[in-house]
Amino acid sequence: MTGAAMRKNGDKPILIMPGEAESAVSATAAHRASLVGINDALADKGFITTTTDDIINWARTGSLMWMTFGLACCAVEMMQAAMPRYDMERFGFAPRASPRQSDVIIVAGTLTNKMAPAIRKVYDQMPDPKWVISMGSCANGGGYYHYSYSVVRGCDRVLPVDIYVPGCPPSAEALMYGILLLQRKIRRTGTIER
Amino acid sequence: MAMMDEQSLADLAEHVAEQLGDAVRDVGVAHGQLQMVADKDRIREVLRFLRDDPRCRFVAFTDICGVDWPEREERFEVVYHLLSPYHNARVRVKAPVAEGEAVPSVIEVFPGAEWYEREVWDMYGVFFSDHPDLRRILTDYGFSGHPLRKDFPVTGHVEVRYDEDLKRVIYEPVNLQQAWREFDFLSPWKGEPPVLPGDEKATDEEAGA
Repeated sequence: MTGAAMRKNGDKPILIMPGEAESAVSATAAHRASLVGINDALADKGFITTTTDDIINWARTGSLMWMTFGLACCAVEMMQAAMPRYDMERFGFAPRASPRQSDVIIVAGTLTNKMAPAIRKVYDQMPDPKWVISMGSCANGGGYYHYSYSVVRGCDRVLPVDIYVPGCPPSAEALMYGILLLQRKIRRTGTIER
Repeated sequence: MAMMDEQSLADLAEHVAEQLGDAVRDVGVAHGQLQMVADKDRIREVLRFLRDDPRCRFVAFTDICGVDWPEREERFEVVYHLLSPYHNARVRVKAPVAEGEAVPSVIEVFPGAEWYEREVWDMYGVFFSDHPDLRRILTDYGFSGHPLRKDFPVTGHVEVRYDEDLKRVIYEPVNLQQAWREFDFLSPWKGEPPVLPGDEKATDEEAGA
């Protein structure tokens, strides 16, 4: 059916660029086909085959345990992102308040000079591979307290940051977008160091 | 219970001034609250009276603040805030202190004063005698200086970063990557035309020419 044929008299036209619509449809179709393929393989043979990279990436992105590091008001938005309304666990992104069992640390709030050695200690306790999300203006670059005598001008002075989420504080949606970007980054970076 | 009205506050001020004599001066009402300036060496006596006197009963200890007045001879001011839940009134007791002088600790009158006195010591460097544990409370370990003094630079003296070779967080002298910027939030299209610093020079020159 063409766009003109779908429209009834008096209805407003739905603006979809032709190329975009096709790619969206084909991506969904490919996804569905792959699911059907997996299902068939499991039903037929009882196992599936894939590449190591794919399976490790799947496991890593689908089960990111995050270490909470709430330092200020950003922590409230971080909690909100974990609560039922946004529910980060549907992306396999679950809170784990122990550095030794977590993959990601979310630095949510103002990092002070006094806290800097402590946050580095926590980061060093996390097992590899590990990632850092810097959440909010203060963690990104000192923010409101950039010139202060007691605040670290960006948590990247202390930790290697993967994703910066801007905002003061960022909304829970912004943090979720950052998490999706982190998952994409993990998928694209590959898995095994060769 | 309703707040104390102006008249009963004034009566209370008179009563306090009469009872405490020359331990306090300038007893009066400011901003709807009782206010007085106390002799710092008799601060315990003053606070104990305010706590125990049946017409006062300021039993709830709210806060201690410090103030820095660089232009004054007695540079610092330690301000005690008390609340009387019995009479629904608050009192502000100011005690001027010169630099290097000590204020008697009021922990024996209000045990809750301990951390507040540590905070005033940390932020202003006002010393409290007879304090059992006068350490810094808020600033970093090994911090030097008292940050709320007017002559303390806002960026401080040191900043931290992680050193990849030493594998630890190190301290370095401050090196600002972003030069100081003043955000005064003056909006040219709202309200009165803003007076910008330096404008008066232009006017003077015009007047001279």
